[in-house]
Amino acid sequence: MILGRTERGKAPVEPVTLKILVAGGFGVGKTTLVGAVSEIKPLRTEELLTEAGRPVDDTSGVEGKRTTTVAMDFGRITLREDLVLYLFGTPGQDRFWFLWDELATGALGAVVLADTRRLEDCFAAVDYFERRAIPFVVGVNCFEGASRYPAEDVRQALDLDPAVPVVLCDARDRESVKEVLVEVVQHAMAYAGGPRRTLTG
Amino acid sequence: MSGDGQGTPHWFDDEAGPVVRPYAMTRGRTTSPGQHRLDLIALVVAERYAEDPEADNSLSPEHVDIVGLCRDAPQSVAELAAGLDLPIGVVRVLIGDLVEDELVRVTRPVPPAELPDESILRDVISGLRAL
Repeated sequence: MILGRTERGKAPVEPVTLKILVAGGFGVGKTTLVGAVSEIKPLRTEELLTEAGRPVDDTSGVEGKRTTTVAMDFGRITLREDLVLYLFGTPGQDRFWFLWDELATGALGAVVLADTRRLEDCFAAVDYFERRAIPFVVGVNCFEGASRYPAEDVRQALDLDPAVPVVLCDARDRESVKEVLVEVVQHAMAYAGGPRRTLTG
Repeated sequence: MSGDGQGTPHWFDDEAGPVVRPYAMTRGRTTSPGQHRLDLIALVVAERYAEDPEADNSLSPEHVDIVGLCRDAPQSVAELAAGLDLPIGVVRVLIGDLVEDELVRVTRPVPPAELPDESILRDVISGLRAL
């Protein structure tokens, strides 16, 4: 890190940056949720994955299969000039778990979006955050046409720790998403305040 | 804002893969030495004297773009990657070069496994409510 910066002139404000992850199955509304509150249209970053361990020059004839692109959509909320929250939609496919580790490092917390018609799609995400003791909230995205279930039923179906908040939400609705995010931060605070619980409940 | 002036229609599709192999821009490097792995939300700040990076012949156009994007306001690594339409891994290496050249510096986000101050979290909550 470089410390010899001159202080003269207009130094741009350097905000504190925080991130919240948005996980869940494919098509559950992660990018919609990010877009509902982001001040920018959700941006897409890509990470190229090369088959690790292969010699670098071994490219003959298989170029097309050498790399996979994993996309992550993210949005930004400037809460104050010096406080910026980023929301990252996690890659949907299970085989990219190792990318989650990087995303999850330093994350404030996470939202696991669930669709009651395909609840099993979010099992993997719930499991991931539980194992890494990352505070998370389950947001049940209330799709039109899907039957509504009480939050308690969802909690039971997911076998969640009683401390994990379950909220019904509409990923398209800004107010609704704001509430979900507030819930995540509150849960993170409570989580940090209490003793770190062990996995066996 | 985006520096690419390519208006030519794409006659190839995504299946063709990148026309310029992304890591050609980093001369094959996938990591930059001496540099901790940059978090996606680490902020890149242009140094005040990085006024004219174009004059530096050792820099690639992508390096110059990064400095240009950071000059007005600090940019996160994720935003730079999205803005330049480059993979994150490539952007990390390029940023590493610029740090070495002292054209930019990188602010560390809150260290992992360490939650930010409770007061910051309270600010986040009130900030979200006020949106």
